[in-house]
Amino acid sequence: MSSFWEYANPKKFMQTSAWMLPGVSLAAGVCLVVGLVWGFFFTPDDFRQGSTVKIIYLHVPSALMAINAWLMMLVASLIWIIRRHHVSALAARAAAPVGLVMTLIALATGAIWGEPMWGTYWAWDPRLTSFLILFLFYLGYIALWAAIDNPDTAADLTGVLCLVGSIFALLSRYAVNFWNQGLHQGASLSLDKEENISNVFFFPLLVCILGFVLLFVALVLLRTRTEIRSRRLQALLARERLDA
Amino acid sequence: MIALLLRDLKLAIRSGGGFGLGLAFFLILTVLVPFGVGPESSTLSRIAPGILWVGALLACLLSLDRIFALDYEDGSLDLLATAPLPLEGMTAMKALAHWLTTGLPLTLVAPLLGVLLNLPAPGYQWLLITLAIGTPALSFIGAFGAALTVGLKRGGLLLSLLVLPLYVPTLIFGAETLRRGIDGQATTTPLLLLAGITLGAVAILPFAAAAAIRINIR
Repeated sequence: MSSFWEYANPKKFMQTSAWMLPGVSLAAGVCLVVGLVWGFFFTPDDFRQGSTVKIIYLHVPSALMAINAWLMMLVASLIWIIRRHHVSALAARAAAPVGLVMTLIALATGAIWGEPMWGTYWAWDPRLTSFLILFLFYLGYIALWAAIDNPDTAADLTGVLCLVGSIFALLSRYAVNFWNQGLHQGASLSLDKEENISNVFFFPLLVCILGFVLLFVALVLLRTRTEIRSRRLQALLARERLDA
Repeated sequence: MIALLLRDLKLAIRSGGGFGLGLAFFLILTVLVPFGVGPESSTLSRIAPGILWVGALLACLLSLDRIFALDYEDGSLDLLATAPLPLEGMTAMKALAHWLTTGLPLTLVAPLLGVLLNLPAPGYQWLLITLAIGTPALSFIGAFGAALTVGLKRGGLLLSLLVLPLYVPTLIFGAETLRRGIDGQATTTPLLLLAGITLGAVAILPFAAAAAIRINIR
């Protein structure tokens, strides 16, 4: 049985991810198609919200992944800072734009959903505002990665930023909650059955969430592979300049 | 540490620019708002607490990149890093010097500008209290951001992008306390949270800033 830490070796990571990637991508595609088609065409309209409720199949999973992507970046940054595994730093870098797009999808679908429901595209509601702040955090993180030339320095600094940013992201979450009690409805999903939405909507939503998780994993694997390859390319080019 | 603090204070005051710039910006912003919003005193007194807080925050942001950048350019940051003083103490002193030269003057000037914005009478003491408690957090968060971007050419814009989301909780609790103070509501909760953020920032962020400096001058 091999240890988890072996995947810090780029070669081992490339082998395993090459083997995993087609399967994960396929599973993500299947889950998304099944979940979205099921959700859009084979569920009844909600008795209060009509057909607009169907945007939930994009809105909830993307919002979930926007937060989880940051969590994954936090864990990856910690691994990089503590054990200095390059693949981990690159995975954090690869996850950031995916998380950014997830945040954008959640904000956009929320705005589209908000207009017919609340009569407004945007409200300074705690959940909406904290997502906007999360969006800014992603932008800053990506910008810092892009601004620094030395890859190790960049990984270190973005790692520190990710740690401090996580504290402040949590703080902002509760600060905006305190600041304004808003329009957004409570949780659609929770572990105790009382709060859950009815099963008709629940199962396709679950499939969609699974699809988004798999999509995230596939994209991060793909982007990490690209990062490793571009790193190798840099090394090759440097060697070529040295020989010439 | 005291010597370093005094040195930074002297530099900020004598070299010009940095010291008065934040205050001038604060003044300009407060003067421009009535032109933009219109001169009705009822409107102005309603938005005054928010404008004053946002103005103080932006004025603070303006001078952040001076915290480490000048020392980095002329090499004294390397000397400071090799000095017997721990780097954490150095970053804390730098942040403190930044607060003494921007946050404190802003706090003292804010009530005068409050007159221009027709701030309601109970607001003056609360403005002083919230700014005095909140601006140290702005300086320490800013020092962390400045430490992250110190090695970069033209890091100023990036610095604003990095620091702005970190400023959100301080702004929310500061402006909320002020608003509640004016309305005569209970201010204890937001005031304590504001103080908590400041204390937390003072306790933790010098370490993060020192880590960032170490990485940057490696």
